[in-house]
Amino acid sequence: MHTRIDSQPTHQHNNLKMRVGRPLPFGATVMGNGVNFSIFSRHATSCTLVLYEKGHLNPFEEIPFPPEFRVGNVFTMMVFGLNIERIEYGFRLDGPYIPHAGHRFDASKILLDPYARSISGRAIWGEAPDPDNLYQHRAQIVPDDYDWEGDTPPNIPVQDLVIYEMHVRGFTKHHTSNVKYPGTFAAIREKIPYLKELGVNCIELMPIFEFDEFEYSGINPITGERLLNYWGYSTIGFFAPKAGYAATGGLGMEGDELKTLIKELHRNGIEVILDVVFNHTGEGNEMGPTISFRGIDNKTYYMLTPDGRYLNFSGTGNTMNCNNPVVRSMVVDCLRYWVADYHIDGFRFDLASILGRDQNGYPLSNPPLLEALAHDPILANCKLIAEAWDAGGLYQVGSFPAYGRWAEWNGKYRDVTRRFLKGDTGLVWEMAERLQGSPDLYGDRGATASINFITCHDGFTLYDLYTYNEKHNYANGEGNRDGANDNYSWNCGYEGETKDPNINMLRRRLIKNAITTLMMSRGIPMILMGDEMGHTKYGNNNTFCHDNDLNWLNWNNLNKNADIFEFFKQCIHFRHKHKVLRSHEHFYHQDRGESGYPDISWHGTRAWFADWGDYVLTLAFLLDGSHVDDDMIYFAMNMHWEDHIFEIPALPSEMLWHVFVNTSANAWQHIHPPGQEPVLDNQQFINIGARSVVVLVGR
Amino acid sequence: MIYNQLLKSATLFVDIMDIHSEENGKVTVIELFGELDSITAPQAQDHILSLVKQDSRILLDMSQVSYMSSAGLRILLVLYREIQNKVGKIVVCGLNDEVRDVMAITGFLDFFHTVDNREDGLKQLMAS
Repeated sequence: MHTRIDSQPTHQHNNLKMRVGRPLPFGATVMGNGVNFSIFSRHATSCTLVLYEKGHLNPFEEIPFPPEFRVGNVFTMMVFGLNIERIEYGFRLDGPYIPHAGHRFDASKILLDPYARSISGRAIWGEAPDPDNLYQHRAQIVPDDYDWEGDTPPNIPVQDLVIYEMHVRGFTKHHTSNVKYPGTFAAIREKIPYLKELGVNCIELMPIFEFDEFEYSGINPITGERLLNYWGYSTIGFFAPKAGYAATGGLGMEGDELKTLIKELHRNGIEVILDVVFNHTGEGNEMGPTISFRGIDNKTYYMLTPDGRYLNFSGTGNTMNCNNPVVRSMVVDCLRYWVADYHIDGFRFDLASILGRDQNGYPLSNPPLLEALAHDPILANCKLIAEAWDAGGLYQVGSFPAYGRWAEWNGKYRDVTRRFLKGDTGLVWEMAERLQGSPDLYGDRGATASINFITCHDGFTLYDLYTYNEKHNYANGEGNRDGANDNYSWNCGYEGETKDPNINMLRRRLIKNAITTLMMSRGIPMILMGDEMGHTKYGNNNTFCHDNDLNWLNWNNLNKNADIFEFFKQCIHFRHKHKVLRSHEHFYHQDRGESGYPDISWHGTRAWFADWGDYVLTLAFLLDGSHVDDDMIYFAMNMHWEDHIFEIPALPSEMLWHVFVNTSANAWQHIHPPGQEPVLDNQQFINIGARSVVVLVGR
Repeated sequence: MIYNQLLKSATLFVDIMDIHSEENGKVTVIELFGELDSITAPQAQDHILSLVKQDSRILLDMSQVSYMSSAGLRILLVLYREIQNKVGKIVVCGLNDEVRDVMAITGFLDFFHTVDNREDGLKQLMAS
């Protein structure tokens, strides 16, 4: 092939040869024998490319972009002869430093490329940073030639998902995990058989974009140990996987390691959703470090007050200016990159309501970013999930601008279910709404707009939900002031761990009631990593800063709480087996299968007579699966502190009721494998013990 | 972790890579010496690929390779694809534990049939 003209340098700076680059794509891209560098800044007056030999404190070269290398507001340059494996790069940008006008340029800082696809500096988790290093988070250049071997995303219908919310490090860091490289992407790959056995078909990874675990500098007042930003809701680079989560991060191969994990998960029918944080960055407020965006173009990337201070709708000091067209493009580029290059199946957007605010912070009726994501051709098959609120008081559960695409973390499902399950009254009507996919919230959007969950990383684990009345966050170093106060939890009579067998038995029953309810609910269920083995955080409901047993799963709990794991597993498999539980559609409340039964009917202790009174703590529904070639399913909840006898709706004469779940039975009879449920002795009535649930299958 | 030892070796920047090849019956044995990284990889790739013919049986002996960077691993994959295109076969022998781990974690190992030593590799390729 002939040599291209644009592979020839036109300029020289010391020993390096260059020519004008291509403005797109942004970032550093290998093109033939050159590397194309491209960076946006509207307000900078000049830009310099800074090159380091890997790991060296001082740069070996700085190349100012010649004026003719600026195209519009983009500095672009092709540099030839670079050994991409051995260099790190950054930029110096000069321009006005006028904070009250929104400008904070500082040419003494070396800045991270917002489009960096690999970032060194925190490649080995917890390794203390070198304070003499003036450029802490360094961009690296990586090849984009991963061999996916024909991998295609599973494209699991959204109604069939069972999501498992996971922290990469916490999942396997504990020594009991029995993996070769604990706390890494590679270790998750080793645990795929476990995930399959459990039955989840989608993992939602808490933030894996590069962040600085040392950003948080608190001290645990109880142990004296240093606290970290463990959860990672504080992005430094949106295009780079967290190198410290990779066993090969020190080699700059975190991308290959993560892609290999995703390819293997896909082979096993498991999708990957990323929890993404676009509402703010890790640069904090006026007092925070200048890492990237602040020094590249503060006024473009952040929402500012008229006098240049940071608006703080995220509660973390700054707010990304997501509906500025340049920032919006970056978000779209970023998500496209993760889908195209990493085969990611969906995204959950942290504090997503911020993405619907205009540049002054006011909520938009038709937010262009949310609309762009919903209609983007590359994101067309992605699951898009919003945490539909922000720290500025915007609460949009049920009203998030959806464009027919967006689902929401249903916070109302969490709260109502928690309260009803612990015996709060006045909720029976709303509990029924939540069980059937929250049609009151998502009438036009379908049941799959609702991500149903009872626990997530924020707040108590399921075990702690029934072990603690109050949060116990002293170890966080904030005097127990942090974390939610409204936990809707119940300690069953004793705060914390106890040897009282009756209390422990009750706690286990309540855990089982909760997972049963979640799996019986229409919508998309999400469970929190570790709940299936009774993980405890000892009452701490805000463990963002703990790199220890509070967040690391102790895999010995699989033995200690084997009944809980078995129960979770069977409940999930039951859901997969019964199509009538899973649908995008809301119920019609009509006889769709011409069976004589409506698709859903409500019952109380008397069949066909649900009691919707304020004092009521019993509720049951009957699902007729005939319209989808499925069985009849009866789900009854007795959240009263006394036993109740429930009249069971009569089945067609050729069918019998079988018991799948009865949490008031003896522990070894709580649940039976789907398909092998025993016939119910009394087909007309069932005694449901105090604070218990029952699932029957009619076939 | 893997990276500690490999990083140490990577920072030496030795840039030595030697390649020996010999025909053993119908098998071409290629032995690599030194470090395979972005400096040594281009030349190594040209050399190795020139040895791949239609229906080649290649035994790649890695027992003398102390370090493989991302670029080095990519060469192995290019080699694999080239052999596949030419309906040949490749067996890799002599991977040290660290290189094997990196290859396993990053997915490169999945492409290759590996054996402990050259004798086993020859046996398998002769029989294929």
